[in-house]
Amino acid sequence: MSEAESELVQSITTPLRLEYQYTAGVASTRFLRGMADGKILGQRCPQCEKVYVPPRGSCARCGVATDLEVQVPGTGTITTFCVVRIPSDSLDIDPPFVAAHILLDGADIPFFALIQECHFDEVRMGMRVEAVWVDAEDLGPTFESIRYFRPIDEPDAPFESYKEHL
Amino acid sequence: MASGDGGLLSASHIVEYPYRRSTGPVMGRFFAALRDRRFEGVKTARGRVLVPPTEYDPQTGEAADEMVPVGPGGVVTTWAWVSHPRAKHPLNHPFAWALIQLDGADTAMLHAVDTGVESAMQTGMRVTPRWRAQTVGSINDVACFEPEGTS
Ligand SMILES: [Zn+2]
Repeated sequence: MSEAESELVQSITTPLRLEYQYTAGVASTRFLRGMADGKILGQRCPQCEKVYVPPRGSCARCGVATDLEVQVPGTGTITTFCVVRIPSDSLDIDPPFVAAHILLDGADIPFFALIQECHFDEVRMGMRVEAVWVDAEDLGPTFESIRYFRPIDEPDAPFESYKEHL
Repeated sequence: MASGDGGLLSASHIVEYPYRRSTGPVMGRFFAALRDRRFEGVKTARGRVLVPPTEYDPQTGEAADEMVPVGPGGVVTTWAWVSHPRAKHPLNHPFAWALIQLDGADTAMLHAVDTGVESAMQTGMRVTPRWRAQTVGSINDVACFEPEGTS
């Protein structure tokens, strides 16, 4: 490498920062206030009867408002998952760890959550899990009121029970 | 929880991507020159001088790697006035974003021009760079451009 080349600038930082004000809307506000009470609230579509957790206020399939509120339990099934092996400054958890799609009992769409209290290579599709909440005094209107999900001592859910939710 | 309790929830949400980009041999020279408070462009096989430089002639796709000095002065070819600068803008008082064609270049590059007032901005005006006290090899080594003869 010549002397001139060695003086090249090799890289530049180009940080991107986007500042939003996020307003949750009626349905998500209900869900988040439920979180502060240690409850998981969803909404049922009056037409197809699917239960959305978290609710968005309408059914994407039917295009109608979902105004019927339902509470679902903190237990559910892992439909699919990935093992994260790349650390990130924004996560205070050491890899490898598992991020899973969890279909709560009574819900019709899965959502992403962290799996803990088991070795990452024991996690599997169909595994039964439950929510672990923060201490009562730390509950707040945020999804972080659920710390993570952990396995429960139940047989795996059969593939047929969640195959349409993958 | 009690119905009718509280209004809609709202919170600030900030997304940040701390990208680091490889500059390559041509942009690497351009940024190295900025660190030395100089401008360099690239001369294509057809003799056009591109600033900022690219590794290829965008019209023919031919490789371009002959670096040539340009500037430091130049001409404003077009501009837009920013009345209310935002947090990440290069200046915290009103300024212009302008395309500046440096002397010896055939293309114009985007940078800020500080004239203080909009009425002092003019297409065709001559400008000169205001360099930062510390340079690191970044386009921000040029704090902004200012009308020629200001300082
Ligand atoms: Zn529906």
